Amino acid sequence: MHIIESGNVAAATGVKLSRVQVIAAYPITPQTPLTEKLSEFVESEQLTAQYIPVESEHSAMAVCIAASTAGTRAFTATSANGLLYMNEQLHWAVGARLPIVTCVVNRGIGAPWTVWNDQQDSMAQRDVGWIQLYASDHQQIIDSVIKAFRLAQTVSIPVMVCYDGYLLSHTYMPFDLPEQSEVDAFLPPFVPKHFLDPENPGNFNTVTLPDVRPGVDGTMRPGYIEIRHNLHQDLRAALDSYAEIDREFEQRFGRGGSPFVEQYRCDDARFVAVAVGSLSYQLRDVIDTMREDGIAIGVMGVQMYRPFPDQAVASALAGKECVIVFEKALSYGNQGPLYSDIKSTLYRMDDRPIIHNYILGLGGREIKTQQLLDALTESCARPAAIEDTPRWIGLKLQEEHHG
Amino acid sequence: MATKTYCEMISRSQPGPGDGGNTGSWRVKRPIIDYDKCIPAKTKKRACFTCWLLCPDCVVSKTIPPAINLDYCKGCGICAEECPAGAIEMVDEASQTGKEK
Amino acid sequence: MAEKTTILNLTEEEFVHSGNRACTGCGLSIVYRIGLKALGKNSVLVVPPSCLTVLQGLYPVASTKLPCVNVTFASTAAAATGVRSAMMALGKDDVNVVAWAGDGGTSDIGIQALSGACERGDNIIYICYDNEAYMNTGVQRSGTTPQGVLTTTTPIKGKLQVKKDVPAIIAAHGIPYVATASAAFPLDFYDKVKKATTIHGPKYIHVHTPCPPGWGFDTRYTIKVGKLAVETGLFDLYEIENGSFSLSAPSQRLVGKKRPPVSDYFAAQGRFKSLDTDMVNTIQQQVDAKWAA
Ligand SMILES: Cc1ncc(C[n+]2csc(CCOP(=O)(O)OP(=O)(O)O)c2C)c(N)n1
Ligand code: SF4
Ligand code: SF4
Ligand code: SF4
Ligand SMILES: [Mg+2]
Repeated sequence: MHIIESGNVAAATGVKLSRVQVIAAYPITPQTPLTEKLSEFVESEQLTAQYIPVESEHSAMAVCIAASTAGTRAFTATSANGLLYMNEQLHWAVGARLPIVTCVVNRGIGAPWTVWNDQQDSMAQRDVGWIQLYASDHQQIIDSVIKAFRLAQTVSIPVMVCYDGYLLSHTYMPFDLPEQSEVDAFLPPFVPKHFLDPENPGNFNTVTLPDVRPGVDGTMRPGYIEIRHNLHQDLRAALDSYAEIDREFEQRFGRGGSPFVEQYRCDDARFVAVAVGSLSYQLRDVIDTMREDGIAIGVMGVQMYRPFPDQAVASALAGKECVIVFEKALSYGNQGPLYSDIKSTLYRMDDRPIIHNYILGLGGREIKTQQLLDALTESCARPAAIEDTPRWIGLKLQEEHHG
Repeated sequence: MATKTYCEMISRSQPGPGDGGNTGSWRVKRPIIDYDKCIPAKTKKRACFTCWLLCPDCVVSKTIPPAINLDYCKGCGICAEECPAGAIEMVDEASQTGKEK
Repeated sequence: MAEKTTILNLTEEEFVHSGNRACTGCGLSIVYRIGLKALGKNSVLVVPPSCLTVLQGLYPVASTKLPCVNVTFASTAAAATGVRSAMMALGKDDVNVVAWAGDGGTSDIGIQALSGACERGDNIIYICYDNEAYMNTGVQRSGTTPQGVLTTTTPIKGKLQVKKDVPAIIAAHGIPYVATASAAFPLDFYDKVKKATTIHGPKYIHVHTPCPPGWGFDTRYTIKVGKLAVETGLFDLYEIENGSFSLSAPSQRLVGKKRPPVSDYFAAQGRFKSLDTDMVNTIQQQVDAKWAA
C-alpha cells in the first residue's frame, strides 16, 4: 500500500511495524513529530509498548539501555544537542552490546543555536561504535528502521538510522507501507542470550580489569581490551550480515540491493560525486544535466557510514579519475569526515583517483542546484588539483557579515 | 554464508565468593568468641545473634554457638564492640598465626 | 501495620558474598546485606558508579547474588524505570526493581533523573546510601556532606554549606513512600525496605551509612557512630507514607528526652576536626530548635 506522509511519520510507522516494546524519548526539533506520532500510536493502542516521557535524552537512552538489558526491544529518537547530551549513554549502549535502535533526525549543533539541517550531530558520533545508516528518502527511512532492528539484534550492536531534518523529516512523499505480517516474518522477536533474570542472576557491565581474569568456574575471562576487540571484529563482520539482511529484505519487499552505497550513473563515469542522505538525490539532477553536456559523471550515496563499507566504496570508485565529496559536516581544523575515510580507503589502490572535498549547507544554508553544478564543473575541469583544506560552497563573506 | 557468532564477550559477572581474595588476610585483629559468655552458647537457645546481624561481611553464622569464618573475616571489630555480653575479644592477629582457630 | 522484624526471625539467606572488596567495617556493607534480605530473590538491581560498584565485584566475579545492571552515574533512576518498563512489557511485574546509589549519585549528578522518575510515578524503589561524600573517588564533598566536614575538596575550612535535605526534596514530589534509615538500626531499615516492596509507585529510602576511612573513626565503631548521629538528633529516622509523617522508633524515643550533645558525635570522628566551639554551639542550637518544634 502506498501512502503519502512525512519522513518522521515514515520512521514512526517503521518503529510500530517493528513491534518495539519500550520507547523513551525527549522532544527536540526536528525529531519532535516522530516522538509525538509514537505517543499517539501507544495511547491509541495501535502499538502495544511502554512509552516513557523522560526528562532528558540522557535518561531516554538510560531507559533504552536498561530495558534492552532486561530483554526488550527498545527505541529512542533525537537530534543535534539531544544526541550530544546522550553521548556517554551511546558509548554505554554499545559497550554493553545492546540492540537499541535510534533515529537521528539530522540537525546542526549549537553554539550558535540552529534548528536547521546539517549532519554534524551524527557524524560527530562516528567513533562511538554504533552502526550508522543514512536514508535518502522516505522509503529508505521506513525500510532502514525495520532493517536496523533486524541488524541490531543479529549482531548485538545498536544502530542509528539518520535522516535529514526538515528536508526529509518534514516533507511529504509517497512510500510503500510494508505489511505487518511480512515485517513479522522478516523481524523475529528479540530473544537475548543474557538478560536481567532473577532465576539466573548476572551482574552486567561490571568494572573490568586491564588483564584477563579467571571466572568463578575457573575459566579465563577477557579483560577490557579483549571485549573491545570483540566489538570491533563484530562491527567488521556486521558488513556481511547487513548485506545478507538487505538481500532477504529485497526478496520479501522488492526493495534493496545496495546496502552500503547507492550508485547512480557511475558505471562508465570518469567522475563521481559522493554525498550522504538527501543531498545524494539532489545531486542526481545535477549529474543528469552534466551528462547532457557530455561529462561522464555519476553520484554515489553512502548509506552505511559505520562500520565503514570500505570494500564497497573502493570497488565503486576504482578506476575513476576524480571523486568529489560533498559534506554537511566537518572535523573542525581538518576536513570532512567522509572525505578522510574515503581517502584512506583509496590509499591501498595503485591507481587511485584524485579526491576533492566541499563543505556546504551547515546550519541549514540552502544548497542550490546551480552551486553544485558549478562545483562539479570546476572539479571536473581541473581534476588533478588537490587542496589541503576543503572548499566551501555558498559562503557569503562580505564585510558587513563580519563581527 | 557461515553464520557468525556475535557478541562472545560482554562484561557479565557471575556470583561467587572471594572477589577480593581471602579477605581474612586483611585482618590486623582477630575476633575470638568466648563461649562461656556468649548467650546462645551458654543457654543453648536461639538468642542474641547481634554479631550475626551486624557483621558487614556475612561471616558469622546464626548457629548455636555462633562461628566466624576466618577466611573472609576482615577483623573490623564491630561484633566485639556490639556484643551485649562482652563475649568477643579482638586479639592481635600476629599472636594467633599458626595457632588452630 | 506489619510485624516488626527481629534478629531471630530475620532470614538467614544471604544475597551478598563474603570476601568482597568493601573496606573493613563498611557501613554500606551492612545496609546492602540487610537491604537485599528484605528485597529477596525476585529483584533486579540498578547501580551507578560508587563504592557499591567495587563492593559488587570486578569482572567476571560478582559479590551480589541478584541480577544487577551497572549504569552511568547520572542515569540510575531512569535506568530503573527502563527495567520496570521492560518487566511490564514482558508481563513480569512481580519483580522488585531497585536502584541503589550513593549520596553523590543521588543528591548531585543523579537528582534530575530521580526527580523525573518520581514525577512520572514510576514503580521503582530507590535507595540512597548516604556516606556523606564521594567515597569511591577519595572522599570529595557532595551535596549531602554536612557543614564543617573536612573532605579532600574542603581540606582546610571544612564544607561551608549545609547538608542538602534530599528526602525532603523527594517528598515534595508527592510520592507514596519516603523514609530515612540508618545502618546502626538495621532492622528498622529492613522493615522500611520490606514495606517499600508492597507499595506501588516511586519509593525513596535514604539510609545514613557510616564510613570508617571517609569519616575518620576506628572500624569497630561503625554502629556506635551511626547511633550517635540519630541519638544526638542530627539524623532523624522517619517515614512519610502518602504524605503523613511519622518518626520511627529510634528517633521517637528521643522525644521529650535529654539527648547526648552533638559534640559527642563530632568528637568520635576525624572529619569534624576543624569545627570550632562556636560552630558546634550553633549546630547544637539548631538541633535543639528542630527538636523543640
Ligand atoms: C559522569 C561521571 N562523572 C564522574 C564520575 C566519577 N565518579 C565515580 S564514583 C564517584 C563518586 C560517588 O560518590 P557517591 O555517589 O556518594 O558514592 P560513594 O562512592 O560515596 O559510595 C564519582 C565522582 C563518573 N563515574 N561518571
Ligand atoms: S553478640 Fe555476643 S552474645 Fe550475642 S551471639 Fe554474638 S557472641 Fe554471642
Ligand atoms: S570482626 Fe568484623 S568481619 Fe569479623 S566477624 Fe566480627 S564483625 Fe564480622
Ligand atoms: S570508603 Fe566507606 S563506604 Fe566505601 S567501601 Fe570503604 S567503608 Fe564502605
Ligand atoms: Mg557517598
